[in-house]
Amino acid sequence: MGDVSTREQLSILRWRAAASIAWSVLLLPLCVAVFISISSIDLFHPVQWITNSFNDLYTSYVIFCILLLSGVILVINIFNVQFHAVVPSIHCSRLALISKIIHPQQVIHSVAHAVMGMLVAWCAAVMTKGKFLFLSMPCTATESVPDANRHTCLNEYHLFLLLLGAFMGYSYSLRYLVKNLNYLPFPAIQQYKYLRFRRSLPLLAKHSCVESLYMVRNFCAAYYFFGYIPRAWIMTTMNLRADSHLPLLDTVAGLLDLSLLYHSWLCGLFLLMTWYIAWLLFRIFSTEAHHFPVQPTFAEEADQCLPKILNSNPPPLLKFLALQDLMFLSQYSSVRRQEVFSLSQPGGHPYNWTSICGECLNLLSDLTHKLIIQQEIAAANGRLKQPSVGDLTQSFSSPAPEESSFQTPRTSIFPRAHMHSLVKSSLLPLKTSPASDLGSNLGSPFNTSLLGHKPGLLELNSPWHGSVQSPHIMRRGPKLWTSSSDLQLTGYPDEPHPVMVVAKDAKEAAQPGSFYIWLQNKKEQVLPQIKDYIYLHDFFFFQIKNFLSKRVLIMYFFSKHPEASIQELFSDTQMHIWALEGLSHLVAASFTEDRYGVVQTTLPAILNVLLTLQEVIDKHFKLPHVSSKPPKTSGNLADTSYKTLRFALRSSVKTAIYRITTTFGEHLNAVQVSSEHKKRLQQFLEFKE
Amino acid sequence: MPSGSPPAGHEGHPSVPLSPTPSNRKMCSLALFPPPPPPGDVTLYEFNNALVSGRSYEKLPLTFQGQMEDLPTLTIPKENLKAFSRLEYSTKPAFIHHRESLWKRCIRAWRDIGVAGVLEELANAEEEQDLDQGMNEQSWVESSKELVLQWMKSGSRCALALCCWISSLHGSFFPHLSLPSEDIIAKFSQAVDWAGCSIRAFAWHPHTNKFAVALLDDSIRVYNTNSTTIPILKHRLQRNVALMAWKPLCASILAVACHSCVLVWHLDPTSLSTRPSSGCAQVLSHPGHSPITSLAWAPSGGLLLSASPVDTAMLVWDVSTENCIQLQWFGGGGVTYLAWSPDGSKVLAATPSAVFRVWEVQMWTYEKWPTIKGPCRTGCWSPDGSRLLFTVQGESVIYSLSFLEYSGEQQRQVGGSKTASIVADLSETTFETLYGEERIGGEVQSMVWDPSGERLAVVLQGNSDASNFKTTIAVFRTRNNPVFELLPCGFLQGEDGAQPQLVTFHPCFKKGALLTVCWSTGRISHIPFFFVTAQFPSLSPGQSPLVPVGSWSHTREQPLFSEL
Repeated sequence: MGDVSTREQLSILRWRAAASIAWSVLLLPLCVAVFISISSIDLFHPVQWITNSFNDLYTSYVIFCILLLSGVILVINIFNVQFHAVVPSIHCSRLALISKIIHPQQVIHSVAHAVMGMLVAWCAAVMTKGKFLFLSMPCTATESVPDANRHTCLNEYHLFLLLLGAFMGYSYSLRYLVKNLNYLPFPAIQQYKYLRFRRSLPLLAKHSCVESLYMVRNFCAAYYFFGYIPRAWIMTTMNLRADSHLPLLDTVAGLLDLSLLYHSWLCGLFLLMTWYIAWLLFRIFSTEAHHFPVQPTFAEEADQCLPKILNSNPPPLLKFLALQDLMFLSQYSSVRRQEVFSLSQPGGHPYNWTSICGECLNLLSDLTHKLIIQQEIAAANGRLKQPSVGDLTQSFSSPAPEESSFQTPRTSIFPRAHMHSLVKSSLLPLKTSPASDLGSNLGSPFNTSLLGHKPGLLELNSPWHGSVQSPHIMRRGPKLWTSSSDLQLTGYPDEPHPVMVVAKDAKEAAQPGSFYIWLQNKKEQVLPQIKDYIYLHDFFFFQIKNFLSKRVLIMYFFSKHPEASIQELFSDTQMHIWALEGLSHLVAASFTEDRYGVVQTTLPAILNVLLTLQEVIDKHFKLPHVSSKPPKTSGNLADTSYKTLRFALRSSVKTAIYRITTTFGEHLNAVQVSSEHKKRLQQFLEFKE
Repeated sequence: MPSGSPPAGHEGHPSVPLSPTPSNRKMCSLALFPPPPPPGDVTLYEFNNALVSGRSYEKLPLTFQGQMEDLPTLTIPKENLKAFSRLEYSTKPAFIHHRESLWKRCIRAWRDIGVAGVLEELANAEEEQDLDQGMNEQSWVESSKELVLQWMKSGSRCALALCCWISSLHGSFFPHLSLPSEDIIAKFSQAVDWAGCSIRAFAWHPHTNKFAVALLDDSIRVYNTNSTTIPILKHRLQRNVALMAWKPLCASILAVACHSCVLVWHLDPTSLSTRPSSGCAQVLSHPGHSPITSLAWAPSGGLLLSASPVDTAMLVWDVSTENCIQLQWFGGGGVTYLAWSPDGSKVLAATPSAVFRVWEVQMWTYEKWPTIKGPCRTGCWSPDGSRLLFTVQGESVIYSLSFLEYSGEQQRQVGGSKTASIVADLSETTFETLYGEERIGGEVQSMVWDPSGERLAVVLQGNSDASNFKTTIAVFRTRNNPVFELLPCGFLQGEDGAQPQLVTFHPCFKKGALLTVCWSTGRISHIPFFFVTAQFPSLSPGQSPLVPVGSWSHTREQPLFSEL
């Protein structure tokens, strides 16, 4: 990643981060001033209150606190920058979430936030003054102790605030992980940064108030039960005493101190506000639209050009910005559209258009593949089975760049090929049984002497021969491996793909495979029909499932929420939506603006990809477990727009196709597409989709 | 001969009809119009620059029949609609009254309505306590309870009174806020008689021959020329429909502005069902955003704007994900009318006070124009988004506001000109016809511009106290290039006693323009204007190739710019 993206590319992101940090530090004194005035609120003497709080602002310890807090904000910001993501990480099961929490990176994040929280709380305590100022204080005079022998006592209020700060920092870090606060959502409409900040500020304040209240409540409960541990530890290490005149804070009477509760809430509010403001500013600054040039005016700008960035492999945020900019230029700027449609000066090649269009089509057809595989799995299992998808997509997306840039042959295969794969794969063994001596074959899956030199086997496999790269074949590999054993393996002695896939899925298939072999060895003579094997195989899985589901705790941790796995599937779909919009707007604009006809040459490929994608998405929404309506979202601070991206994708695919069909109208009949797609195009032309 | 009170400013007009060269003539007035058709006649179509009228809605001449698809002309009389029966909006009154303790009722009110409900409940808690008092003997617990209750009662009464006072103060700044919501809709709707007419809203699909009609009984019917099924849309939340809009670049998605929410109907264009279930409708609601009176889809498809005269924020909806963004501003008190320019670059937002705004949609910044007399009533955009025509309540003129040519992303501002110019005077004019004198003119109720930018239809609302005054539709010929021109075309007339209620242009009529008029009798008629769209700016619409030079036509008989 770092080796491809150049310094110029990264400097765009760096400047944005720096600006957001600078603004959050600049806003800090304002927050401090508000905090001081609210914490020393005195409604009965308003004039005195205001003058006092103004005077307090200039005292040396407040200025020191501001400096310290600036450091804290800086660290928080660095964490924000480091942890940001444009693709949210969605935890499919509880176990995944737990493993995330104990991941070293997250542990560092949490510990650092706890320490920062403690520092903020210390500053808050110092600025609040009064009884919160110091950790130790002279014990209130008691008649038994003589003056000379006066001990210093522990100020439990101060300790309470410090621990509250640490607690809040840790909770903030956990919430940051669980609620995906590191996700950078791109707004649906563009607005100036100031307006966006102003729009989000009331929500932020309201949210912080409520959250601080809940956290103080939780902390009080925790302190009530475990408060004596840190107190005893501090008292022994610092040789402090408990003040017998003040109530202990881990009692109900001690906790019911209104002033303590108010100041703890205020301290929490201050902490959350300053951190959330830093977080909000980073979000606003980094998702602001950036203007990438289409053609470099100077040679050193070449790396920042839109086609270059789209085709290279920059940091994801940069790629998102580039796609967003593509959407804007295609929609709003005729001047830059002209540059996209232009030809290179010597040679006259439409390099800009080719690379932009190629990248968009790549993105879209990758999504199509991902969806097809997912549907395949859902069709096979009756329910979603997520983790293997990631492996598989990697396994077949690797050969993608070598293929032709628009991948028409590859995508056109899928819709016909991937249907009824379950039926096919279960029928196939029955067909093979008379052709070869299956008994000995099945008993030894890695028997190299048998590898594929039987004419009967090769013949059987020949119908697939043309479409080896189709992903459903690869998916079928492991299925055959578990059901009818090594037929697939022996069929392809010289094809690398199935072997690779089997290796990838080895961990998934290993256990049932070995059990199955054992089973087969046992039953070899008794059950010659493979149908029965398949039945047994299913029975075995059913047993395991049954066994596990009885262990409620295990199911609790391992069960996957279907909604979560669908969300994960579409987590980076914002990219595809922009690609769709950009591409369709460009094609629509080309009707009048493309003077050299560069778009015409790729129009069949574009239509092909769009129509295939539309079909696949339609099919996806017909799967079980897939809701057809977006869930209700409340006004939450954490942006949950990633949960509804698939609905946006569904409507934007249709809009994109309609945009092209309404612009070109009857002219589309002259475009060469397959008859199936022609039929669909006709439906779009008649507005019947 | 037009006579009456010619407005100042057009005496110096050249008398050359349809002069192609720009001149200092800026204003057009009703006095220049040909007289309205004789009573009893119905305007049928425009051909050769003249409006042709006949005795009744007869068939078009054979030469035109092939040019128009079979558009359904239908009548929906008010009597056929079921009376509006749902006055109660909650199910509460349907159940037998059950006495619960005050605290329970308070908690329920809190859940249902919020703080206001609790205060209301506390303030009305009186009579029950009297009963309790009668039954129970006084103990000190009881009396202290009584005392607390008294305090809370008086406290909540004070709070409610304060709220009332504040809201009335707010209402005195913005008088429309104190109206009931039906009246608000009736006041700001584009329909002439929203409350009484059987047709409340009408919307053409932007790409096909399909339209939706919202009726008085809160149902919506969707007519399609290609199919005989007429889906009827009904939904629990579909009340007081003020406006409908079809999503552009889409087969069949209809947004409906209802009393409390925006309903987005997803209709299957191939379905044969006549009653789509309410599961087909998305509900978009936002607290404080009701009643909704205006909607506008972005011409590029994705976003939907909704606005309410009560809410100062207008909402930008991403309909597919149901997320909304508030576009807040301060001052003005709500949004009464929205119009998205056809090129998608600007949005007009009118307010109930004497100011309107034009937003630019790239960065969502606005420029605002204060008007002198009153709030902006209606407005429409030229097809290229470079000119806005608008009218102001209390004045019978059309203003024009021109905008900079939209050129790329360097322009992140609205770019409107400093002042608006008056382009037409629609003040009351008396026409002396063979059948008596007719007075036409007045305030503009609504105004639509056809998608090719060549015809402008204006609904003029008559003065209700005058006897021979009626609401009429005046049609102008317009030209935007090279210089903006507004030329009179004629008045449209319906059947006897029919007042125009709503007007809309068909968005994709190939042979010119097609105006759909909903009349107060419940009739929906389509009036075609046959002309050849001017491809070249030099060719004025009047000199379209359809017109043989020197041929017979009404317009030639009437001197257009007579000096009286």
